[in-house]
Amino acid sequence: MKFTTAYSGGRLTVYLCGELDHHGAREAVRGISDAIDGFLPRDLVLDMSELTFMDSSGIAVIVKINRKLGSCGGRMLIENPAPQPLKVLDAAGVDRLVPIFAKGEVTT
Amino acid sequence: MKVRNYIKLEFPALSINESFARSATAGFVAQLDPTLEELDDIKTAVSEAVTNCIVHAYPDSVGKISLRLCIYEGGGFEIRVRDWGKGIENIDMAMQPMYTTGGEDRSGMGFTIMESFMDMLSVSSAPGKGTTVVMQRVIKQRESRR
Repeated sequence: MKFTTAYSGGRLTVYLCGELDHHGAREAVRGISDAIDGFLPRDLVLDMSELTFMDSSGIAVIVKINRKLGSCGGRMLIENPAPQPLKVLDAAGVDRLVPIFAKGEVTT
Repeated sequence: MKVRNYIKLEFPALSINESFARSATAGFVAQLDPTLEELDDIKTAVSEAVTNCIVHAYPDSVGKISLRLCIYEGGGFEIRVRDWGKGIENIDMAMQPMYTTGGEDRSGMGFTIMESFMDMLSVSSAPGKGTTVVMQRVIKQRESRR
């Protein structure tokens, strides 16, 4: 899995790309944590529009990042999940922890 | 149930093989012409089962994983994932949502996802001997595919 970041006005957007499984999970946590430390964002958006596959290893990544962000007073959002990652997010009840916005829904 | 086709793969418990297991499974089940959602569900379930072997069955070694895929007459599809690792002490507890022995790197949702994405899940295990996970899913035969 690869990701790119964009920062603007206190909001860090992480664009996830490819497949997120156990093989790439640690590297994802490390990379996103480094980006949080670098930008100290108020909001972190995980953009999943280019994430083609995610299993429960991705849930652990989200929980870890959300915990780190919470300890810094930040807020996490998930945007544009494709159908497969969205089904995994729903099965795990992630929306109780992190708001999920489908494509086209406005997040402020 | 009569077996129509099957394949058996063996590979070491390396995390790089998680994506291989998904791709191999998707390639094999393609002959049933599944919908995209059925294909995604099956890939997710096999990914969870193989990851469990890598993380839990062989925490300190690289053991062997066996993946057997089977197509039955009528469109039944079966995935059997077997390891010869440490086994599960308490299967009922291991299958509880959020329960994990894998530390904060794991979510404890693997079995929950396998169960909800497949029609049937069964787990048999013996401590010190290994674990076998069997999952089944019926691929619906659409009118256009008959």
